[in-house]
Amino acid sequence: MKEFLLIYHGDANNIPKGSPEEMQANLQRWMDWIGGIAAQNKLVDRGNRLFPAAKVLKSDGVISDGPFTEIKEQILGYSIIKADSIDEATALSRGCPILRIGGSVEVREINAM
Amino acid sequence: MKAPELLPHLFRTEYSKIVAVLCKTFGLSHMEIAEDIASETFLKAMETWGLKGLPANPAAWLYTVARNKAKDHFKHTSVFESKIKDALRPDTGGIEEEIFEFSDQNIADSQLAMIFTVCHPCNAPESQISLALQILCGFSVEEIANAFLTHPETIKKRLQRARANLADDHFLIRALSESEITQRLDTVLKTLYLLFNEGYFSKTNDQLIRKDLCSEAIRLTLLLTNNAATSTPNANALLALMCFQSSRLDARTNDKGEVILFDQQDRNLWDKTLIEKGNNYLVNACRGNEISKYHLEAAIAYWHTTSDVQNKWHHILELYNQLIIAEYSPITALNRTFALAKVQGHATAIREAEKLNLTDSNLYHSLLGYLYAGIDVNKAIDHYSKALELTKSPAQKQNLKTEIERLS
Repeated sequence: MKEFLLIYHGDANNIPKGSPEEMQANLQRWMDWIGGIAAQNKLVDRGNRLFPAAKVLKSDGVISDGPFTEIKEQILGYSIIKADSIDEATALSRGCPILRIGGSVEVREINAM
Repeated sequence: MKAPELLPHLFRTEYSKIVAVLCKTFGLSHMEIAEDIASETFLKAMETWGLKGLPANPAAWLYTVARNKAKDHFKHTSVFESKIKDALRPDTGGIEEEIFEFSDQNIADSQLAMIFTVCHPCNAPESQISLALQILCGFSVEEIANAFLTHPETIKKRLQRARANLADDHFLIRALSESEITQRLDTVLKTLYLLFNEGYFSKTNDQLIRKDLCSEAIRLTLLLTNNAATSTPNANALLALMCFQSSRLDARTNDKGEVILFDQQDRNLWDKTLIEKGNNYLVNACRGNEISKYHLEAAIAYWHTTSDVQNKWHHILELYNQLIIAEYSPITALNRTFALAKVQGHATAIREAEKLNLTDSNLYHSLLGYLYAGIDVNKAIDHYSKALELTKSPAQKQNLKTEIERLS
């Protein structure tokens, strides 16, 4: 099996920040989805969310806030799963709650050193 | 109670205590001596009590005899020369009483030290359990073989090798340092967990052995929680789990030894005291920031002791999510799917179940049979039949046949 990095892209402003019930429901959706992958014995690392504040160090040595890509392309978090092919890994990404808020899942095969 | 009846019960509880205290002094390389003395003590008890009746305090009687036999043994061997001579007080000229002291404290300390020694990672888990059963619980080779459903010869060899490994490392039963305790505690908890599972999910149909194994596991885990140095959140969580599961032992099988499914158990047979105790230990376990597999399983077991509270299955599913993410196992995956069915319905659960791809497992087919029952009777029967083919348990075969008949 190969390992794949799932990168969650989305607009941080779209993340449900409503009532505790809403946030709980959102957390539940994530746990259910990740749990489903884990139940198939295909989860390598549950991963984490990322804080929105970012620093960028460029080749000329300048450090700036950033990266200021398209707001909806911001990286919000990541997980690592395993699958036999990138198609299978992509299929596993269906059901990811980020999709409900207009986000996307980038699937990249890890090239282990 | 007549002497012969009292003895087996006393044997279980006192044999291991006597061995532990004697071993503390003799050291592990001479463990057989400690065991011989313990056995001789019980032999004497049988002979004497049969004739003269029970002493007022049977345990104290046993300790006195064991102590005397140990002192006699020392007088006649060279172990005396190497180990004990230094402990002799010049003025008394006699052996220190404290060496073979059977006080409550010393008994508890010795047993604790013995647990850590027996649960040593140099041996495979099944060897650790076998050793624990023999040395800590006073099980005979035949009883251990019965519990594992193997031959006594296999167990004998396993024990020999395990003990040789321990002796090789020249372990001494002594107070462990704090870092040693922390390191070993994981292994100890794992062994006790497996020991409990042997009883709870036992392959043997012998009800008495199953209860024995469970209560022995609890007794040993209690030693951990009763000692400040070893009463970690994880140890408390494990004990809570054992209490919750044990509370249902009487309700799980009927007098024919057939397994009664959870939904059909008579809740009046659930041991409420054990559930209470489980609750207390679970609360103890929740101090601090550690969450272990044991916490999650104990919490799930806790929810199972409650009646159909609103959102109970939501909680259970949440816990199974955390458990399966922490550590994959086919059983956890299947149990999670069952909880999923309760929360999101059978149709969704079937889709998730079929992704599990555990087609060689009788439990997998059992689950699918159950999920399909209200949706597609033919598929349900197919899966139940597959499960029937795969299972080796007579109790499960019976349950499956009943279900197939019911659906046909």
